[in-house]
Amino acid sequence: MSALIELSGIDRIFYLGDSEVHALRNLELSIAAGEYVAVMGPSGSGKSTLLNLLGLLDRPNAGTYRLEGRDVTTLSPEEQAHVRSERVGFVFQSFHLVPRLTAAENIALPMTLAGIEPAQRNKRVEQALKDYGLSNRADHRPDQLSGGQRQRVAIARATIMQPAMILADEPTGNLDRATGEEVMRLLEELKDQGVTLIVVTHDKELGARARRQLLMEDGEVRQDSK
Amino acid sequence: MRSPDLIRFARDAATGNPLRSSLLVLAMAIGVAAVVVLTALGDGARRYVVNEFSSLGTNLVIVLPGRSQTGGFNPGNAITSTVRDLTIDDAQALLRASAVHRVAPLAVGTSEISFGGKLREVILAGTNSQFIDVRNLKLAQGRFLPEGDWRRGASEAVIGAKIRDEIFGSESALGQLIRIGDRRFRVVGVLASTGQGLGMNTDELVIVPVSLAQAMFNSNTLFRILVEANSREAIEAAKTQVTAIIKQRHEGEEDVTIITQDAVLATFDKLLGTLTLAVAGIAAISLAVAGILVMNVMLVSVTQRTSEIGLLKALGATGATIRSAFLTEAAMLSVAGALLGYLLGQGAAALIRLLYPVFPAFPPDWAVFAGLGTALFTGILFGVLPARQAARLDPVQSLAKR
Repeated sequence: MSALIELSGIDRIFYLGDSEVHALRNLELSIAAGEYVAVMGPSGSGKSTLLNLLGLLDRPNAGTYRLEGRDVTTLSPEEQAHVRSERVGFVFQSFHLVPRLTAAENIALPMTLAGIEPAQRNKRVEQALKDYGLSNRADHRPDQLSGGQRQRVAIARATIMQPAMILADEPTGNLDRATGEEVMRLLEELKDQGVTLIVVTHDKELGARARRQLLMEDGEVRQDSK
Repeated sequence: MRSPDLIRFARDAATGNPLRSSLLVLAMAIGVAAVVVLTALGDGARRYVVNEFSSLGTNLVIVLPGRSQTGGFNPGNAITSTVRDLTIDDAQALLRASAVHRVAPLAVGTSEISFGGKLREVILAGTNSQFIDVRNLKLAQGRFLPEGDWRRGASEAVIGAKIRDEIFGSESALGQLIRIGDRRFRVVGVLASTGQGLGMNTDELVIVPVSLAQAMFNSNTLFRILVEANSREAIEAAKTQVTAIIKQRHEGEEDVTIITQDAVLATFDKLLGTLTLAVAGIAAISLAVAGILVMNVMLVSVTQRTSEIGLLKALGATGATIRSAFLTEAAMLSVAGALLGYLLGQGAAALIRLLYPVFPAFPPDWAVFAGLGTALFTGILFGVLPARQAARLDPVQSLAKR
């Protein structure tokens, strides 16, 4: 299997006042297409920084990041936005839905931003609403939806552009156990369609569901169950 | 992002915070309305004055005795510049000029009019039959002075509307004999009331043949000669010809001043046009203030929507997309404000016209366009900074913000 993600020698340093914080330290990591990876570790271990880096929201201070064989660290911000649009889907702990848009509009947002024709947008949104059991919630705004429904809208939004990978940061953190379970099942189903799933979590139980676990500490991978 | 989507997105973002948006629209509207109303007032004043001047007569050239000088004292003048009076013969001679259509001599003085025991002081104007056409006057009753020899006139008088009311009351004025000074005149006509106007008030005027007026004033000079040129284009030619004829008759001395109505009009036009422009400039300051408010509000909006901006970036929005989304929002709010202000301004101008019908308070087209243009320009200009700030936000930090 060819590697979807290849990180080599990644450093990410934050400057807080005059002290340096090494969020990531000489990181070497390779993730194949279709893998299901859980990234675990205590707060401040660099999990979220890693996720932001993988999603091209952040740039490393050193090292190279190859996505599908292409060095993406040297791309311009506009090109990176393009890669994010087409290859990456985000799922956040706090859902991050746009409050004034309906469920359907929130799901369509990545396509709207990418400039896809309304006809095609509507077709894909309709399918996604059906897939995630949200058909009767299409015209509801986020504040009219339950937590589970909101996260389902967020997952539908993350997958609507058919990305190569889904990056989920504590996707069940704001949900009760039963709803969280349902959300994880939906995410895991994506993996069966060949999407690479990377989940950052505190939850050991949740992490254990993944085929591969990365344990991070002080910006380094301490343990890789590969 | 496709343009319709961009507009819809910006519209939703604007309506998502109605208080903020409506305040901004209001500020912009007040600015544009101020431009529209103030220029309507300025231009209204200009039109009012121009109209009043036009009502004095059309294509008018006025000949005044004496040369108005601005060159200071000229030793030569001390010997030669004895001002010759304008006479009826001078006036009659002007009829020879090809560019001249009508000539009305004018001798003016005060006198007393009496009828049936009532006595009143009036302004007496001595002129000829052409006067009514040259000055664009209307008759309410009877007829005007008859045609005939300018040096001989029948003892007939035409009186102003106010004189008629005060002297005759409900009685019929036509055919009555009145005494003016020490002579008796028959009233043959009454002028229509013109209301307040520039120049002399014709409502309080008594018009008699010029020769009789001169006899009463015991002088053979004229106060003015009113000349009507053939057309607007002929005004300059008429002026030259009149000057030449008078000069020839006055032994080569150019001792008259010739005013064309056009020149007076042009001066007022320019003066009040400049006033309108100045007023528009002052009003434009309020637009600049509104522009700064746009910036302020949009900056707050960027701060409030930081996490949304972070999300848009995570979903693949480029900096350019975010920039244009915020710019579109600023532009839409400015357009809405400008249109509202335009309607408000036109409404206020219409109200002014309703309250003061004589005052033509129409905003000039250029001011309306300039006002709308400035509103848009400042709105967008001051929208650039917030939009750039939004586009530059760091997605990771923005997303972390709640």
